[in-house]
Amino acid sequence: MIAAQPPEVLPRRNRRAATGRYLRTLRLELGAELLKNLRIPVYAVSTIAFPVMFYVVFGATFGREPAGPVNIATYMLATYGAFGVVGAALFSFGVSVAIERGQGWMRLKRASPMPPSVLVLAKLGNALVFSAAVVVALMIAGFVVAGVLLSVPTYLQLFFVLLLGAVPFCVIGQAFGYALGPNSAPVVINLVYLPMAFASGLWLPIHQLPGFLQAAAPFLPAFHLGQLALSTVGAHAGGDPAGHAFALVLTTLVAGSLAMIAYRRSSIATYG
Amino acid sequence: MPIELTPPTRAAPPTPRNTRPAATLVAEFRGVGHAYGATVALDGFELEVVRGEVVAVLGPNGAGKTTALHMLMGLLAPQRGSVRLFGLDPRAGGARERLGAMLQLSGVPETLTVREHLRLFASYYPAPRPLDEVLALTALNEVVDRSYGTLSGGQKQRLHLAIALVGDPDLLVLDEPTTGLDAASRRALWTIFRALLGRGRAIVLTTHDLEEADLLADRIVLLHRGRILAEGPPEQIKARTASRRVRVVTHLAESWFRAQPGVHDVRRDGSAIEALCGAAEPLVRAVLIADPDAHGLAVGGATLEDAFLALTSGGAGTTPDGATLAAGVPA
Repeated sequence: MIAAQPPEVLPRRNRRAATGRYLRTLRLELGAELLKNLRIPVYAVSTIAFPVMFYVVFGATFGREPAGPVNIATYMLATYGAFGVVGAALFSFGVSVAIERGQGWMRLKRASPMPPSVLVLAKLGNALVFSAAVVVALMIAGFVVAGVLLSVPTYLQLFFVLLLGAVPFCVIGQAFGYALGPNSAPVVINLVYLPMAFASGLWLPIHQLPGFLQAAAPFLPAFHLGQLALSTVGAHAGGDPAGHAFALVLTTLVAGSLAMIAYRRSSIATYG
Repeated sequence: MPIELTPPTRAAPPTPRNTRPAATLVAEFRGVGHAYGATVALDGFELEVVRGEVVAVLGPNGAGKTTALHMLMGLLAPQRGSVRLFGLDPRAGGARERLGAMLQLSGVPETLTVREHLRLFASYYPAPRPLDEVLALTALNEVVDRSYGTLSGGQKQRLHLAIALVGDPDLLVLDEPTTGLDAASRRALWTIFRALLGRGRAIVLTTHDLEEADLLADRIVLLHRGRILAEGPPEQIKARTASRRVRVVTHLAESWFRAQPGVHDVRRDGSAIEALCGAAEPLVRAVLIADPDAHGLAVGGATLEDAFLALTSGGAGTTPDGATLAAGVPA
């Protein structure tokens, strides 16, 4: 230990100035995160265009057929909305964290005085912006292609359920990002994302899936988000929406713990 | 504050030197030890850095240089001993507001421009340096609106440096700043580093290039396998280490070479003799006087590994292998 520091070494920080700086950093960090991804065509295409494309293909094919109380185009608006926000969340957290860790870029940020929460909030903001974009794009596509027109409160309900529902998948993505390497992350996340989406009834209605998949679905977080989204248009398979919401909260807590463990492990990994 | 050349056979870690006023102390390592499993990265590591000082931590790959830097930047807590940055724990955010770091990066988000990267990093610091000043220092004015992915290797490295400078730090940490660059880019960076000196700013850099350490540093710390082999001003280190390699075809015997002052190690390679020495000129002069027929003369820089071997063998004829070297430096 050395002697106490003279005052000029530890400048007394003005709290308001510090808050202002935090907000400015957050704004710039979020802007950087969005610009970074918007300029990568493959990111924007895979997070927004793929769900919309799938929805248009299936929605246009089966559009007017009934799926429970609503037609299939309305049903799939909810499930492809879930598919879209899950993808935006998993990729904007998982893949970008894994790649930036691999580059040493995360390490440089941690060595800077950047508040760690800024980075998490910026990536969360990025995931929510892309989630909102994919949901709105799906709603427009549903109206244009299959004439799906919901009431304004239903649209809003669906929109906010999906947006809030992206959060647990952001946390799952964070866990993947710290646990996986930069090369394996995109592959592993796709191998989890696509089968999970199918088995959760996000591509085809859950009641059209084989029995064993229907039995397994309640163990998949994407199933609960799909059902919660369907409940806003009155087409969920049954069960209390609160139960699905509880399952998503539980998912968030478990994934959050795993993300913390993965983060600790990654930060003590060997250095050259 | 006299800086002594630490003898390579020093038995104990150096005694604490609390003679410097705390205000000028920028960074200190006290009895720091760290291991990754069975691999010792640092052992009894002691270092003090004061204001305005440039310290080069010199060592081959795996010597523990990067581990020491990571501790200084708060990325890693030492398993033994303590690390202080401006008198604070580097893992607490406040100390890092006065630190700028240039790390070894294999990539940076490619679609953001130079300006966007610098504006973002500037926002992390309470009193950042104006962007124009940073751009002028690092000669990035021309490419300020180009995205990272379109920059040349030298420009990328200068952006890494600009990111380190943008917070106007009191301590600059450079982890092998010129590794992998071509000669022209290296020189361009060295020019910038020297322009940064003399403003009360301390620099700690790691390198495995003796020439780079000599050119930039006030003080060199020789690190090998996590232990400090020697420490002192570049002239002292250079005199003590075999920094030059002289190769010549001659009838003179190996024993003749060993008897010459400043020669650390001698090897026969066919008809040629290779000698490691501190300075080449006295040896070359002596060879040409003793053997006017000597030819095929070549003088080059010794590798760092050679320099270390010579340092621990004390100029004796034998070349100890790595194990002998480590055993020759008791902890």
